[in-house]
Amino acid sequence: MKDMMTVVSNRPIAHRIYELVLSGSLVQHMHIPGQFVHVKVGATPLLRRPLSLCDINQKANECTIIYRVEGAGTTLLSQKARGETVDVLGPLGNGFSVTAAKRGERALLVGGGIGVPPLFELAKQLSQNGVFVTTVLGFQTKHVAFYDEKFASFGEMYVATVDGSYGMKGFVTDVIRANDLSFDVLYACGPKPMLRALANDFPHQQVYLSLEERMGCGIGACFACVCRVPHSETAYKKVCSDGPVFRAGEVLL
Amino acid sequence: MNRLAVELPGLSLKNPIMPASGCFGFGREYAAYYDLSVLGAIMIKATTLEARFGNPTPRVAETPSGMLNAIGLQNPGVDRVIAEELPWLAQYDVPIIANVAGSTMEEYVEVAKRISKAPNVHALELNISCPNVKKGGIAFGTVPEVAAELTRAVKEVSDVPVYVKLSPNVTNIVHMAKAIEQAGADGLTMINTLLGMRIDVKTTKPILANRTGGLSGPAIKPIAIRMIYEVSQAVSIPIIGMGGIETAEDVIEFFYAGARAVAIGTANFIDPYVCPNIIRDLPALLDELGVDHISECTGRSWNNGSTVHCGA
Ligand SMILES: Cc1cc2nc3c(=O)[nH]c(=O)nc-3n(C[C@H](O)[C@H](O)[C@H](O)COP(=O)(O)OP(=O)(O)OC[C@H]3O[C@@H](n4cnc5c(N)ncnc54)[C@H](O)[C@@H]3O)c2cc1C
Ligand SMILES: Cc1cc2nc3c(=O)[nH]c(=O)nc-3n(C[C@H](O)[C@H](O)[C@H](O)COP(=O)(O)O)c2cc1C
Ligand code: FES
Repeated sequence: MKDMMTVVSNRPIAHRIYELVLSGSLVQHMHIPGQFVHVKVGATPLLRRPLSLCDINQKANECTIIYRVEGAGTTLLSQKARGETVDVLGPLGNGFSVTAAKRGERALLVGGGIGVPPLFELAKQLSQNGVFVTTVLGFQTKHVAFYDEKFASFGEMYVATVDGSYGMKGFVTDVIRANDLSFDVLYACGPKPMLRALANDFPHQQVYLSLEERMGCGIGACFACVCRVPHSETAYKKVCSDGPVFRAGEVLL
Repeated sequence: MNRLAVELPGLSLKNPIMPASGCFGFGREYAAYYDLSVLGAIMIKATTLEARFGNPTPRVAETPSGMLNAIGLQNPGVDRVIAEELPWLAQYDVPIIANVAGSTMEEYVEVAKRISKAPNVHALELNISCPNVKKGGIAFGTVPEVAAELTRAVKEVSDVPVYVKLSPNVTNIVHMAKAIEQAGADGLTMINTLLGMRIDVKTTKPILANRTGGLSGPAIKPIAIRMIYEVSQAVSIPIIGMGGIETAEDVIEFFYAGARAVAIGTANFIDPYVCPNIIRDLPALLDELGVDHISECTGRSWNNGSTVHCGA
């Protein structure tokens, strides 16, 4: 599905990090955390940009996206003012399995940097289902941290920064070890080394990982975004349409 | 009268608009967006003898008004395409053009032999021009004698007309086109992507894992137009044109250059509805141009200015 969505607000919430609220009828099709939208920011750049759904508000017909200003596309996006429109394709992809964690069970949500946003809608839905949510957020440094307080409203929340300027000095995996955090289901989104470390640390548990890959079409047609599957030379999964969320072990990281 | 209907060897097209190979998979994804029967034809993804995984990622990199890709001919192999993809596509009223690739002459011939027997495959498109495979591939597309030999070999085994897809990565595309025409090709498709490269300024390394890739999108449109303009006046077999088409106006520009039908690649990624939108927009544009039938547009830019029916 493709439609023009209207900018409700678009504001910086941390260094180079923006929170964008969009409104439009596409929201009625958005249900699953971890799904993404493919956004055409303007006439240029040519390609769409994949951005995760961070918050879905059916009642208000609004969704939130949090993005980091990286290159041409996100720079242009950061200049969009209230009332302007953006061309949105989506929701796309297979998101997090919310039902993998049952009422009364414990979910550990681990986000690294710009991987944090999709965990917000997930935390919301898990909590609504009576799942205990613990969050570990990893950032480079304090001034790029965001949504820490929002996650704290769902349950325990820990922060790690690489330079120690906020929370524990180190990586999310250090926080998990230091606090001996246990869980029934782990959900994570962030840089590949982080996902790899988590998959290695918890080989026998239910772990869901959200991957990133450069995309062309975003819908499964161009084979830009494939990753390998264990024990096969030719089998593959597409990050855009089979993922971006996979069970740990389902694909090679 | 259907003002958009076009007759080409093996292909009775209700309109001259088709998605380009590699940009539409085997149609399944786009079928979620619209009824594939509205298309003139579908050029399916390159098929090789065995399944191939293709290149490591990143496989795409954006460029000004374009993109580089180095997919590397990922496909499930010809037998699975015949068993799974083509029968699925048969539910739609749309002729299929099968893109045939390989590393050796024998591989091309074997794939062509098998896939040309599928009932909904109405023509083959010989992909002699993929810039993203290390072995073979490129020589077929750059050496006229080799291309001619391959064309002859495939013509001999194919049950359907054979179109040959030209590479723009040559010094003289007219030589190439003539050699392929003389070898018996039924038509030409052009252009494939242009070899290019991007380097990440932060890491100093190429962005594509394959280092180089094929440039497509609006950036290559003027090159495609120029090459079609030259080739269409030098050969008498029909040309299906492609390279950066985004709108109905672009389609007409390709016809004026000498194309008889067109394919749309990269633009599908930007707007999944681009093909049906162009088909919808064409009649009004023909009215505006004072043209009854789209075929009248072919070759209008040529020096003599009059309409020329090449090879029909
Ligand atoms: C499924 C998915 C969800 C994502 N969700 C978010 C999110 O919620 N918030 C956020 O800030 N970022 C997210 N990203 C990353 C985001 O897509 C890139 O940061 C963005 O495309 C950069 O565009 P640009 O024009 O600013 O940068 P440029 O570097 O100019 O982009 C050039 C090209 O590279 C691609 N590209 C660059 N970086 C990435 C990347 N990390 N992943 C994929 N493609 C990339 C761009 O899409 C574009 O095609 C997500 C990526 C994926 C695959
Ligand atoms: C991602 C991608 C994959 C492609 N794969 C193939 C292919 O398998 N076989 C082929 O002959 N051409 C392939 N092409 C080339 C296109 O069919 C087309 O010739 C080219 O992209 C120019 O058209 P465009 O600018 O409209 O994309 C591919 C192009 C892209 C962008
Ligand atoms: S981005 Fe095209 S297949 Fe995933």
